[in-house]
Amino acid sequence: MQHTWDFATIFQNWEVLWVGLKGTVVMFLVTVVLGLSGGLVVGMGRYAQNSALRWPATAFVEIFRNTPVLVQIIWFYYAFPILTGIEVNPFLAAVLGISLNTMAFSAEIYRAGIQSIEPGQWEAGKAIGMTYGQTLRRIIMPVAIKRILPALTNRGIEVFKMSTLASVVAYVETLNQAKLIADLNFNPIESYTAVALIFFVVLYPVVQATYALERTLRKSD
Amino acid sequence: MTEIVRIENLHKSFGPLEVLKGIDLTVDSGETVVLLGSSGSGKSTLLRCVNFMETPSEGQVSLHGELVGSENNGGMQYRERELCKLRTRIGMVFQHFNLFPHMTVLGNVMEGQVTVLGRSKPEAEDKARQQLERVGLADKAEEYPARLSGGQKQRVAIARALAMDPDVMLFDEVTSALDPELVGEVLKTMRQLAEEGMTMLVVTHELGFAYHVANRVLFLHEGTILEQGEPQKVLKDPETTRMREFLEGHSLFKLPD
Ligand SMILES: Nc1ncnc2c1ncn2[C@@H]1O[C@H](COP(=O)(O)OP(=O)(O)OP(=O)(O)O)[C@@H](O)[C@H]1O
Ligand SMILES: [Mg+2]
Repeated sequence: MQHTWDFATIFQNWEVLWVGLKGTVVMFLVTVVLGLSGGLVVGMGRYAQNSALRWPATAFVEIFRNTPVLVQIIWFYYAFPILTGIEVNPFLAAVLGISLNTMAFSAEIYRAGIQSIEPGQWEAGKAIGMTYGQTLRRIIMPVAIKRILPALTNRGIEVFKMSTLASVVAYVETLNQAKLIADLNFNPIESYTAVALIFFVVLYPVVQATYALERTLRKSD
Repeated sequence: MTEIVRIENLHKSFGPLEVLKGIDLTVDSGETVVLLGSSGSGKSTLLRCVNFMETPSEGQVSLHGELVGSENNGGMQYRERELCKLRTRIGMVFQHFNLFPHMTVLGNVMEGQVTVLGRSKPEAEDKARQQLERVGLADKAEEYPARLSGGQKQRVAIARALAMDPDVMLFDEVTSALDPELVGEVLKTMRQLAEEGMTMLVVTHELGFAYHVANRVLFLHEGTILEQGEPQKVLKDPETTRMREFLEGHSLFKLPD
């Protein structure tokens, strides 16, 4: 099969893709902030002494880690409104699916990071009269965050790519817009190649930066 | 003599295992009390019940004549806030130092003062430098713990506890993790503290320290105090066979004649 590449129509429609990229960035920012901060709360719950906190946190993590995000988004869009009578727009459905999933994964990252700190550090904080919260904030987290950061940035990169799943409910983001161009101009090959290129161009420098970050963290240890 | 710590009928169980079986002990101001006993006899547990790192299963602890917690139909009830406040008045030094690796030596000694006691930074720094001077480490203030020897780390840990102005200091085998040549500098610091009038409760296997520094020696065996008294008496002429066996196990210890 012979295909003659022609990106001219893509360039003519750059504004359509630009709107999509902005949608992607908004989706990423909202879900990454909700996911990573909510994950800390769930992660602490997983680590709690009190089983009334630990049990729901564990159930949450298991449910959202063991189901596909795509299914969660579809479920929030189609099933949730029928069950509850609450309208859910595409943006909200995608935000729920992606950020809950991110919370579940990052909760495990936080928990593992916090548990990697020697128990003696908790004891030392406690022995000088610190509360649990003070010890966590002043003693445990500053050291744990260094060990956690590489895993957390990886999660962030995943979240950025996961935003494309929002196209399944027709949220306006890059992949959704490319599909529009492909349908109108009968050029799916160029359109979807363009999406891949856009993601690569955005993420490649970010990934390089995280390598550099990991190297500095390793040195400062 | 002012009484600093009073322990009455202290019991502690971990599940079905009863580790402490009714301990009574008072420590007076300026006194150094050394706790001896073989591994598993409950020395650490006793020490950790004094500052409520472990919650006693039964019995009462008082500091400066004030009962810790409140009585509640036969048992004791403790509030976390009260225990945090109590711990600021009781210094504890651990076998493995547990210094904060992300803070300088100075930061380690300032941390509790600023975060817990609410002292201003300049005030805390002043105090921290004084305490570092006291343990002979004024010149290490800007170093990170990773760059220090074990003996230096342990002296920083002592300074960190002292900076809180504690009423009593607890030491749990603080020289056991050190290379033999570094044990002396830490014991010297502790001896100096004792001579300055600090009230201390010390778990150690250093019988020489017990003999020369302690006002009183307690021998703990299977969760009860089997023998106690002046070190010159207890270490040279123990009454119980258990204590005698324990002392024979410490062949390195030579009593001065
Ligand atoms: N948190 C805990 N949970 C369960 N058992 C414990 C706990 N802490 C201590 N124990 C048990 O209590 C007993 C006494 O322990 P403790 O640490 O007080 O002894 P020790 O006299 O300090 O011994 P060592 O000289 O080895 O430090 C041991 O059998 C120990 O296994
Ligand atoms: Mg012990």
